[in-house]
Amino acid sequence: MNWSNIFSATLSAFFGVNAMYFALSAIGLNVQFGYAGLLNFGQAGFMACGAYAVGMTAHYYGISFWWGIPIAVVYAVIFGLIMGVPTLRLRADYLAIVTIALAECVRLIVRSVTFKKYFGGSDGINQFANSFVNRTPFNPSSKYSLYPFSDSVNAIGAVLLLVSFAVCSVLLGHMLAQKWAKEERQGFQSKWIICGVAVMVFLLVASKQTEYDGLSFKSLVVGWILAAIIAGFIYMLMRSPWGRVIKGIREDEDAVRSLGKNVYSYKLQALILGGVIATFSGIMFSVSRGSVQPDNYSRDVTFYVLTALVLGGLAKVSGSIVGPMLFWGILSFVDAFLNELTKSWGGHVDIFGIPLITESSHIGVYVQVVIGLMLVFLMVFRPQGLFGNKKEMALDGR
Amino acid sequence: MAADEQTLSETARIARAALANVAPEPGVAKPDPIMTAEGVRRSFGGITAVDVERVEIQRGSITALIGPNGAGKTTFFNLMTAFDTPDTGKWWFDGKDLEGVQAHKTADMGMVRTFQLTKSLTKMSVIENMKLGATGQKGEKWWNGLLPFTWMAQEREIEARADALLARFKLDHMRNEYAGTLSGGQRKLLEMSRALMTNPKLVMLDEPMAGVNPALKQSLNQHIKGLRDEGMTVLFVEHDMDMVHDISDWVIVMAEGMIIAEGTPDQISSNPAVIDAYLGAHQGKSLLEDM
Ligand SMILES: Nc1ncnc2c1ncn2[C@@H]1O[C@H](COP(=O)(O)OP(=O)(O)OP(=O)(O)O)[C@@H](O)[C@H]1O
Ligand SMILES: [Mg+2]
Repeated sequence: MNWSNIFSATLSAFFGVNAMYFALSAIGLNVQFGYAGLLNFGQAGFMACGAYAVGMTAHYYGISFWWGIPIAVVYAVIFGLIMGVPTLRLRADYLAIVTIALAECVRLIVRSVTFKKYFGGSDGINQFANSFVNRTPFNPSSKYSLYPFSDSVNAIGAVLLLVSFAVCSVLLGHMLAQKWAKEERQGFQSKWIICGVAVMVFLLVASKQTEYDGLSFKSLVVGWILAAIIAGFIYMLMRSPWGRVIKGIREDEDAVRSLGKNVYSYKLQALILGGVIATFSGIMFSVSRGSVQPDNYSRDVTFYVLTALVLGGLAKVSGSIVGPMLFWGILSFVDAFLNELTKSWGGHVDIFGIPLITESSHIGVYVQVVIGLMLVFLMVFRPQGLFGNKKEMALDGR
Repeated sequence: MAADEQTLSETARIARAALANVAPEPGVAKPDPIMTAEGVRRSFGGITAVDVERVEIQRGSITALIGPNGAGKTTFFNLMTAFDTPDTGKWWFDGKDLEGVQAHKTADMGMVRTFQLTKSLTKMSVIENMKLGATGQKGEKWWNGLLPFTWMAQEREIEARADALLARFKLDHMRNEYAGTLSGGQRKLLEMSRALMTNPKLVMLDEPMAGVNPALKQSLNQHIKGLRDEGMTVLFVEHDMDMVHDISDWVIVMAEGMIIAEGTPDQISSNPAVIDAYLGAHQGKSLLEDM
């Protein structure tokens, strides 16, 4: 067993591209589902809007790739309107059904043979993001780590990394200290410092183990900065009177309506805002691979994002970021662990004579099993998610 | 009666004087109606829940809407505030036709209602519940949400108003608790004070006293009278006849969807049609007719 491989894979995934684009998508879903209570099962559709907008700018419209970003926002707004206008006046379950159907419609249209010349069919669109891929500073063919003092990181990069580690340490440390201190506020200061330092040490040690290729690394830097900015905006919005109305709608929309708020308009705003954020998830994912593939935007993605969000905790900005990190961290750990196990046991795993793994392609199945188990245990032992508020959860049974 | 006259406030005396010469009959015209409904009907499948030929609510008065269970009082509230749409009929608030006006607009116009089954926003604190009630908040536009300086001053104003109301309704000690931790009676109080945050002209309360303890009922009575003193009109549904007698200037009686009687509390308590309705004589008769 090569434990260092396992840790490297786990920690790389923790901060990796998958966690990054899931986080962006989860922040959006959190606005819709966590705060406004809108059952949007079509998040993949919004992500596809972003991916195909940037994909098509060069491939079909023949204009600069960067124009894809405003176009993506326009697509997401249009998609949100199509989704929301007819359904948001109806009961919540109608929205759920329509969203799942619409997102599938998007995927089936973009992968259809009929529209191949626009969307590239099931092959998708490739090599559209060259102006991002080939842009300095990061070289696609070399390896990078998040460790601030490694040779591959220059002085500016090191400072940036250290600053973001410090910010994470303060925020996460604060949250952990709050959990630790439970209700009482005494001794809070010292706990905060202890937790903050612990997070900082973890980040420094963990970052040394990470390894990314140049393109992934570049996408990571851009994506996580984007996620941090958007998360900051959402944090502010949810503390504003606008956020108050949104949370009120989640609780009881008739009460909010009786107080003179145009509930329909607010729901539409929340749906579209969450969708526009998810569109950036699609953009970042497609540029990080330099290609757009229709099947990356299937229902599974929506439900995995939802799982990651619930894992972190609904209606918490921190939950929507840490949830996806843990989700991918755990999955990669299981994947790498089983891989190493299979390797060290000579290519197959038998337990009590039952052949569980006979070739490496079987491992994916067990990873799926782990996702299921993760959800079950979460619902049983911590339904509010890791960062959710237990007290709030208990109020559900009125 | 004479002692009662002395305890009446100035506004109560004005309201009662205005209604003194109004004939005690269903659908009678009032000198200065704030709300009028005409020919409003609503049926659910076979049953007609509301069938009001004409009713007017006098401005500046406290009007009670009473009637047996299932009389259509809540449905009538829903129709007036656009939470439900009548099959036919017209209704006006403050001289404006309300047909086709959406529910949230009626609140903006100064018409606020509470619900029989309380709707507290359980996962929000009591003070957040209150602040949600204020209308015309700049920070409720999403683009202003990101610019706190555009709404901070207003927010402080709203918070001060909310705190004052909470103190009035004896909820100030629960200010920072989740609304979900309140008792049933406290939720009634919260909902009522939240409704007042909208600065309404007409307050429609659906059974505001249900579940409130007797001692608090007394002070709640005073608060409702206080609303009239502040120039608001109150329309409330209530089953407790003592309370109806105590605070209302005018009583409207509904049964089987129709307005069957109107009058001052004294006139109503001696009205045989009302006693019939409460004892179910109508139902007995209609049963016989069906046979
Ligand atoms: N959504 C609905 N669907 C079907 N029937 C309804 C609906 N709402 C009300 N009704 C019926 O309309 C009639 C009037 O109901 P409503 O709730 O208005 O009575 P109420 O006067 O408020 O009674 P209570 O004093 O018990 O609150 C009842 O017979 C009820 O069954
Ligand atoms: Mg009722």
